[in-house]
Amino acid sequence: MQDTHPSKMPIRLLLVDDEAGFAEVIKKRMAKRGVLVEIAGGGSEAIQLLRSNDFHVAILDLKMEDMDGLEVLKIFKKMVPRMPVIMLTGHGSEASAREGIQLGAFDYLTKPCELEDLLKKISDAAGADHKEDLK
Amino acid sequence: MKNNRLLQNPFYKSLMRNMFLTVILVSITPMILVIILLLSRFQTSYEEKVEAHLKELVLKHKQNIDGFLKERMNNIRYLSKVLNIEQLSDEQFLDERLAILQSEFGPVFVDMGIVNDKGKQVAYAGPFKLGEADYHEAEWFKKANTYPNFVSDVFLGLRGLPHFIVSAKKDFKGGEYILRATIDFVAFNNLVENIRIGETGFAFIVNHAGEFQTKPRAASVPNRAILDELLLEGKKIPEKVKVSRKEDSSGRDHIYVTASLKNDDWMLIYQQDTADAFSIVRKAFQIALLIFTIGSLGIVIMSYLISHRTVKRIARADQEKEMMNQQVIETGKLASIGELAAGIAHEINNPVAIMVEEAGWIQDLLEEEEFKKSENLDELNRALKQIGNQGRRCKEITHKLLSFARKTDSRTQEVDINQLIREIIGISEQRAKYSKIVFQSDLYSGLPNVRASQTEIQQIFLNIINNAIDAMEKSGGSITISTRQSTDTVMIEFADTGPGIPMANLGRIFDPFFTTKPVGKGTGLGLSICYGIVKKLGGDIQVKSVVGFGTTFQILLPAITTQNETMNINNG
Repeated sequence: MQDTHPSKMPIRLLLVDDEAGFAEVIKKRMAKRGVLVEIAGGGSEAIQLLRSNDFHVAILDLKMEDMDGLEVLKIFKKMVPRMPVIMLTGHGSEASAREGIQLGAFDYLTKPCELEDLLKKISDAAGADHKEDLK
Repeated sequence: MKNNRLLQNPFYKSLMRNMFLTVILVSITPMILVIILLLSRFQTSYEEKVEAHLKELVLKHKQNIDGFLKERMNNIRYLSKVLNIEQLSDEQFLDERLAILQSEFGPVFVDMGIVNDKGKQVAYAGPFKLGEADYHEAEWFKKANTYPNFVSDVFLGLRGLPHFIVSAKKDFKGGEYILRATIDFVAFNNLVENIRIGETGFAFIVNHAGEFQTKPRAASVPNRAILDELLLEGKKIPEKVKVSRKEDSSGRDHIYVTASLKNDDWMLIYQQDTADAFSIVRKAFQIALLIFTIGSLGIVIMSYLISHRTVKRIARADQEKEMMNQQVIETGKLASIGELAAGIAHEINNPVAIMVEEAGWIQDLLEEEEFKKSENLDELNRALKQIGNQGRRCKEITHKLLSFARKTDSRTQEVDINQLIREIIGISEQRAKYSKIVFQSDLYSGLPNVRASQTEIQQIFLNIINNAIDAMEKSGGSITISTRQSTDTVMIEFADTGPGIPMANLGRIFDPFFTTKPVGKGTGLGLSICYGIVKKLGGDIQVKSVVGFGTTFQILLPAITTQNETMNINNG
């Protein structure tokens, strides 16, 4: 794992997705781009992680086996209202994504998505102070 | 035409026949019964009335005639009683008496005479020269000599004219004499001749031997056999008046009313054609027959129309039901295919995403120093790029499937026709490619939306496109889809370059169950369902085809314009 900008605090990202293969490769690729990813394989695991850790941004898959993504989003918003949440939805479920935005999600992306798009959203969400980190 | 063909179906044929016959039976039977009942009642009572009337008439005349004879007799008897033989033998005196009688009773008495017991006329008064006539051989004289009073039958006598004699016998001093008077036949005949009813009703008098005592109307006198029968019956039954019916030799039915006269010596017979006597009954029969004929005709026509119309309606309802069922099945099919596709697309997305990301990760790694010198670096990069491209292609495919599946929604909403066409082209392109068919689209960018259900519109478009692909499966070709707007209508055209539809089939392609596809391949409902949907939406669907050049389907749907929308809101 290499950090291209060791001097600055990396973005801490919580990736909530029950598709382990996807989460792992994203974690590696993000790490290469200076984003520190913690993986939660489900809603309950994510909530536990959030209790003991701080994250700048969360990426939340809306379709998971153990909990409904929107339910998880509601709990996130209660626990850390200021943490931006980017939702990942399947194509054609934009309605639930829009519902998520109403519940306070930052933005959404449809799966499968390009890594560049994801990075851009993350940087938008993380705010100006982290923007330079990602460039 | 469509419905008539439907009615050729044996089920509907027998249904129609049964309905037709039942309606006729149910309507005509009571009519027949009522008519028969009424007619028979009418006939009976009317005939009774006519017979009673005739009886009364004959009885009245019988009394009249009997009275006439009795009166004439009394006239003579009176003379014989009050006058002596000297007076009676005086022709001048006799003349005076005759004149008095004639002035009293009219020209009933023709002449008078006094005859001695030898049959020799002693005195005579009257227009004939019968002064010394000898009657001892005459039939009437023999009888007059036996009875104190006597009325003879009609005979010609010496004068050669029909007449009859009323006589009274008296025992004068010097022997028995008979005072006789001749009754004018014409005067007597008038008594009977006046009885005339209808066309054929008349009366006459016969004596016990069946000889006519009055002059009957020559045209239709009863024959001997009937007369004998009547006379016999008249004797057997001593009723005053008797009614009977008999058929004459020519087969005509007559009604006879008989009454005995002159102490059963004579018989008054009234005869009339039954048909004439009961002509009103016959007329009633004719009217009833006319009413029956017209009524039956009306019933037959109405029941034919009713059964035909009802069965036609049933057939149409059945057909609509069948089509609706089929549409529900098709919609269901489409929906379940959509769900299945959506499920698969979702499932494929995850592995594809992982593959693409893993390839991205390899690319990330390749950028590190240790791989930079690798001689296969370019080849590796190219392969990774290819993986990325193919991953994106997978993504596109799944996106198309998902867009399609998402629209298995039968609620009515605003539909963007152009978008729908693009999606359907996306879905159908792959299949078309195998048959060397290319899609071309010319979509009008400012096309207004249409109020409809996504699924139904999808169904129409897919149906037409699938038919076009089926038609060009072997030859290949192109399908051009274009959209246009004309005022408040959206026009969608699907033009293929297939073999075209023969003229004979062109008129039937929207008919349910019409198909040219092999058995088991097509239900023949696709286009009829399209037709139904388009009509339901208030649109129209037309087909133009030239054999060898291609087929064009044109669909017109009402557009949602701002005006329409405002109106809808106001109405809603």
